[in-house]
Amino acid sequence: MNQVVKFTIDGIECMAAQGQYIVDAAKENGIYIPTLCNYPGVKPKGSCRICTVKVNGRMMTACTTPVAENMQIENQDNEIIELRKAIIELLFIEGNHFCPACEKSGNCELQALAYRYTMMVPRFPYTFPQRAVDATNPKLIKDQNRCILCKRCIRAIQDEKGRSIFAYHKRSNKVEIGLDPKIGKGLTDELAQKSVDVCPVGALLIRGRGFEQPIGQRKYDKQAIGSDIENM
Amino acid sequence: MSKPIVATTSLAGCFGCHMSVLDIDERILELIDLVDFDKSPVNDIKKFSRTCDIGLIEGGCCNSENVHVLKDFREHCKILVSVGECAIMGGLPAMRNGIPLRECLEEAYLNGPTVQNNKLKLIPNDPEIPILLDKVYPCHEIVKMDYHLPGCPPRADLIWEALIALVTGGEMKLPYEVVKFD
Repeated sequence: MNQVVKFTIDGIECMAAQGQYIVDAAKENGIYIPTLCNYPGVKPKGSCRICTVKVNGRMMTACTTPVAENMQIENQDNEIIELRKAIIELLFIEGNHFCPACEKSGNCELQALAYRYTMMVPRFPYTFPQRAVDATNPKLIKDQNRCILCKRCIRAIQDEKGRSIFAYHKRSNKVEIGLDPKIGKGLTDELAQKSVDVCPVGALLIRGRGFEQPIGQRKYDKQAIGSDIENM
Repeated sequence: MSKPIVATTSLAGCFGCHMSVLDIDERILELIDLVDFDKSPVNDIKKFSRTCDIGLIEGGCCNSENVHVLKDFREHCKILVSVGECAIMGGLPAMRNGIPLRECLEEAYLNGPTVQNNKLKLIPNDPEIPILLDKVYPCHEIVKMDYHLPGCPPRADLIWEALIALVTGGEMKLPYEVVKFD
C-alpha cells in the first residue's frame, strides 16, 4: 500500500500518496498548478518551468518533484506569479503567435495561460523569427512559427512499432521539431488526431481542417484553464 | 471643469477596433456626455486642435506615415492606449515580418496570381507614397504607450471599461470573458 503524506499548499492542508508529483497531488486536492510541457500519461520533463512552485522556500518544478511529508508548498506567492507571467510573455515574443489567425485560438493552452494571468502585452520586445511551415506530410501541417518546443509530441507519439515520429532538428535557438518523412507518410488518421490533441498550441494541425468551433463555444472562451480542477 | 478630450486613429489596422468602439451601443450617448472628441475618423477631424487627454491607437506601424501619426499622437495626448492586437504586436499585417520586403512587393505588383496589366513591371515608388518599413512594428516599440487593450477586436466592454476607468480615475474591471486575443 502507498503511504499517505501530509503537506500544505499556500497554507491549505493536503494529503496525497507518497511519491506522487506535486502537480498531480495538488490536482487531487482541488488546487491548480499551471502546466504546459506536462501531459497526462507522459513522463514529466520539467522543461517549460511554468509549474514552478516554492517548496520549503526553494523554487522547484511541481511536475517533476514528488510530494513528501510536511512539505510547505507555495503556489500563489507573488514572486512565483511574476515568474510565470514572465515565462508566458517570453514564449509569446520568442515565436510568431498570431492569435487572430490561428486555428487553435480558443483551444490553445499557451493562450489560455495568458488569459488566466491577464497578459495585456509582453514586457519584452517581439523577435519575429523567420520560421517555415512544413506541409510535406499528407495528413499533418507543422507550423514552426507557433511551436513552443515542449516536446509533448516527441514524447507522446509513437507508431505501432514504438518508433518516434517527431524529433528535434538543429541546435540552440534554431532548434525545431520535425516529422520523420518516412514514418510520417504512414501516419494513421487516429495518430494524426492524437498528435494534434497532444500539441498545446497550434503548431500541429490536421490538413484541410480548422476554425470548426465558433467563437464563444471554444474550450477557454468562458472558462479559465484550470477552473475545472478548482471547481471539482 | 471641461470634459476630457479623446482622439483616435487607425494606423496599420482594419478599422475593426473602431467598429468595436461603436459596439458599446447605447452607451455611446453616455460617452458623449462624458468626453469630447478631437482628431478622429469618427468625427472626421483631421488635425489636432488642442492637447488631448486620451489617444486610442488602432493598428501597428507599417510605413513612415504611421510612425509620423503615432509620434504626433504622443506629442498631443497625455495618455496613449494601444487598442487591439495590431497595435500591440503588429497583428495580421506583421505576418509579413518573416518575408523580405522586396519579395512582398514583387508578389503584390509583379508575380501574384491576381496581377493584371502591369506591363512595365512597375512597383509604385512615388515620393508622395509613404515608404514601407522593413517590418510592421508594435506601437510600444516606436513610442511609449501607457495602456494596452488586447483583442481582435477588443471586446466593446473592455474598451468601455477602460475609457470609463481613465475618465473617472476608477479601477478597471477585468472579467475573464473580456480579455481575449481574437
